Amino acid sequence: MPVNPTPPALDPTPLLEVRNFSVSVQSRGTVLPLVENVSFTIGAQDIVGLVGESGSGKSVTAMALMGLIDSPGVSITGSARFKGQELVGLPDRQMRRLRGREIAMIFQDPMTAFTPVYTVGWQIDEQIRTHERLSRKQARARTVELLAEMGVPDPTRMADRYPHQLSGGLRQRAMIAMALSCNPSLLIADEPTTALDVTVQAQILDLIRGLRSRYGSSVLFITHDMGVVAETCDATLVLYSGRIAETGRTEALFAQPSHPYTAALLASIPPLDGVRPARLPAIAGAPPAPQDRPPGCAFGPRCAFVHAACQTNPPPPLINTGLHHQAACLLPAEGHALPQHQPVASPLS
Amino acid sequence: MTAKPLSVGPWQQAWRALLRNPSALVALAVLAFMVLASLLAPVYAHHIAKVDPFTSNVAGSILVNGQAVDIMQPNDNPLHLGLSPIGPTGHAAYLLGADSQGRDVAARLLYGGRNSLLISASAAVICLVLAAIAGIAAGFFGGLVDSILSRMMDIMWAVPVYLFAISLSIVTVSQGLHIGPFVIEADNLLIPIVIIALVYVPYAARPIRGRVLALRQAEFVTASRCLGVPQWRIVLYDILPNVMTTLVVMGPLLMALALLAESALSFLSIGVQAPAASWGTIIQDGEGLIYTRPMVAIAPGLAIVIVVLALNILGDGLRDALDVRDAARRSS
Amino acid sequence: MIVPLLRRLGQTAFVLFGISALVFLVFFATPGADPTARIAGRNASPQTMEKVRKEYGFDRPLPVQYATMMKKLFITQDLASYVDRGELVVPEIIRAAPVTVSLVGGAALIWIALSITMGTIAAALKGTWIDRSLMMIGLVGISIPVFWLGQVTNLITQSRYHDTWLFSWVPGLGYVPLTENPWGWFKALIIPWAVLAVMFIGIYSRVLRADLVALAGEDFMRTARAKGLSPTRVLLRHGLRTSMITFVSLFGLDFAQLVGGGALLTEVVFGLPGVGRLTYQALTNLDLPLIMATVMYSAVFVVLANAVVDILYLFLDPRVRDAR
Ligand SMILES: Nc1ncnc2c1ncn2[C@@H]1O[C@H](COP(=O)(O)OP(=O)(O)O)[C@@H](O)[C@H]1O
Ligand SMILES: [Mg+2]
Repeated sequence: MPVNPTPPALDPTPLLEVRNFSVSVQSRGTVLPLVENVSFTIGAQDIVGLVGESGSGKSVTAMALMGLIDSPGVSITGSARFKGQELVGLPDRQMRRLRGREIAMIFQDPMTAFTPVYTVGWQIDEQIRTHERLSRKQARARTVELLAEMGVPDPTRMADRYPHQLSGGLRQRAMIAMALSCNPSLLIADEPTTALDVTVQAQILDLIRGLRSRYGSSVLFITHDMGVVAETCDATLVLYSGRIAETGRTEALFAQPSHPYTAALLASIPPLDGVRPARLPAIAGAPPAPQDRPPGCAFGPRCAFVHAACQTNPPPPLINTGLHHQAACLLPAEGHALPQHQPVASPLS
Repeated sequence: MTAKPLSVGPWQQAWRALLRNPSALVALAVLAFMVLASLLAPVYAHHIAKVDPFTSNVAGSILVNGQAVDIMQPNDNPLHLGLSPIGPTGHAAYLLGADSQGRDVAARLLYGGRNSLLISASAAVICLVLAAIAGIAAGFFGGLVDSILSRMMDIMWAVPVYLFAISLSIVTVSQGLHIGPFVIEADNLLIPIVIIALVYVPYAARPIRGRVLALRQAEFVTASRCLGVPQWRIVLYDILPNVMTTLVVMGPLLMALALLAESALSFLSIGVQAPAASWGTIIQDGEGLIYTRPMVAIAPGLAIVIVVLALNILGDGLRDALDVRDAARRSS
Repeated sequence: MIVPLLRRLGQTAFVLFGISALVFLVFFATPGADPTARIAGRNASPQTMEKVRKEYGFDRPLPVQYATMMKKLFITQDLASYVDRGELVVPEIIRAAPVTVSLVGGAALIWIALSITMGTIAAALKGTWIDRSLMMIGLVGISIPVFWLGQVTNLITQSRYHDTWLFSWVPGLGYVPLTENPWGWFKALIIPWAVLAVMFIGIYSRVLRADLVALAGEDFMRTARAKGLSPTRVLLRHGLRTSMITFVSLFGLDFAQLVGGGALLTEVVFGLPGVGRLTYQALTNLDLPLIMATVMYSAVFVVLANAVVDILYLFLDPRVRDAR
């Protein structure tokens, strides 16, 4: 069984191949790792989910891939090859050519993601004209077309609206239109539905799911909602406190979680049908901040199965637990697989 | 009650941050030196320079290198028409020369510093107290109180600061102020102090009101309210300590503004009244001598620039040391 | 758009009333001497005193006095100076206004251009020595009393270095009307412009830098970078354009305050016969009607100018346009 399984795609070089990607920040003389040794692969037209509680380093990973972190003292190591080109250490000038054209990004809060003093159409035109030699008119025609495809009603007039004049859902549609305006091969969506209400959320998810067939784009889908992952993603990456806890094809991972954290996350998904339980089981406690990670497995303090071996450095490595399925947990290696389909209800409470 | 966001800790932390800031330390040292120097004005005048800086001395002479030299000397023009005061001597007496009335500029500079610093510091303190009262009342009670106070501030805000100060000065400068049995003489320093404090109240009250408005929503204040803590206690124990940081940061900045305002009023002869001196009045004295004896005006001006700059740097340092806003700013 | 506009107008009317009442009270109800004596000037004869008392209604209740004063100031405009032998005050102010506007307008152009340049460069190079030096220069500018800076400049350009090639072109102190001699107007004003601008360059560049630095953490700036725009474009088209909202409102306030008399000290040191110097002369003569008129007109001007700025704001910030 290969240690780093490539997905069963025909394309031998994947769209994005991330290996041992780490982001750390230097503060007050100590080096603080925000994201450690993350590896994953995104194939053509793949939707890969990156899940984890808030503060687990999802946004940092995405921003670092885009080369958007410029705070002093941040260092990025490892490798991220996009279409064979190394992104880590790529000069800003070249990175800029990729940004917006090859790799586009949409953000969590459409409320604040547009510049308030320009119309939505102006901002989409701007992106198109940054990457392609088009006249203002041509750019606007493309903008209107995109907005229409994203399901924005009356796109010609909406393009002349200011961001604050649109509803949250429309704004997020406009945001996606802007991200897609140069036909990027990879779309990074950082919690694109978190700030929206439920019905709008479903519509936006539909839209994103349709992208691969309509535009041929791959998506790195960041969310903290396991339910959304189940509906949307081909492969899933569970991040806990800056480290990968478990990764695998979504069906396999959902059918048989190998990391207690994944299991706990799955247990907290509200059932889609049937009676909703009065209270959903939640994992007690909060993930540790980068500066107070315990030795060994970072999930240890909240884990129902924690034992002495978990609490020694280095943290448990990723081990294969199935085809394309890995978990950073000692249990499978010790022969104690998690009980299957057993909702792990609040392990600590 | 829940822990308050401010206790001794943050102040100590801020103090340490300030001590780590070299420019703020230099500013503090400069201010301390200026205050000390002006406190020692009488010592300098009586024991070092041995001059009387308050009476006109146009007929006098001083000893320079053993020779008697007239304080008022014939002009340098070809006909030696008119008299100019003596320039900087480089000796203890009349170190910086004399003004048009033959008084020692260096000694007057120190005495002027006393008044300038006293007026600006007191004006800043009074202004902060008034602004804190107005800002806290407006922000905490809201509603009608807020409306009335805010409209009053709007009105005061619309008059250019210096014009406002000039208007207030002109009506008090000739006859002083008569309030019932109390008479405040025209040359009382209280007049410029109160005037300067008053005109800057709207500037200081606005940020305080904003801060209090934000605090009113804060959990620990809501908690106190729900527990039925009396309002004056909330103001005294919850609001005031938290507004204190804003006040402390504004203090030096306001004093800098007040010092500039005082010198401007004195320059226009409606601030400190003769024969008392302030840096502004000395610049005014030097105006007529600017081409012949520029030192008379340059020295007090430099003193103002140095003190105001030091105050501004200190204010910046305090803002950096006390600010908690930036720390919370992270991407989610 | 109509509702905020009407609301703003109502507010303006209220502040106008408040300010006229405030100025009136400062001049005529401050405890102390008799207002009659103040208006009539020093050593006025009993007949003059009697005339003044009648004219201004000082023997009648305060509201009547207020109404009389407003009528004389704004309607009949026949307020006369007693110190200056019956010179009509309002026309005098109107004659002086172009000088003040010339001075403040030119200074404003200088300070806008320089502060935007300095603030933007400092923000772009945040944390470098260039940033620190620019901000220190700004701080020094804020700390210099303008009248003293004017004197020192005069000393250099009019006296000490006047004979060198650098300053031999500098004309003597005073004003040349633009309509008479545009080049002379420019030469007479360029130094006063620069001196008046110094403090505002300091204030504005520091405010702008702080604003731009704060904006750099905003989501929309991140979006702009994620679009692949160049850092310059992100800073100028997105950051600076958004900062202009605060910048313009600040500018409106300061410009109005300066035209309304705040430039007094500069006018005095450079001998420019503007509204400010008129006030100054009135001050030295204790010419109360003149001072009160300049203060009143200035305040009215400032209030109206603020209203204009707020309306301008509606055009600059689309969010305010349909808000509330
Ligand atoms: N520039 C930075 N400097 C230091 N710590 C940071 C920085 N940016 C993010 N962090 C920290 O990194 C952690 C991960 O943040 P983030 O990636 O935003 O989480 P999320 O998974 O919710 O998107 C958080 O604890 C955050 O405080
Ligand atoms: Mg995030």
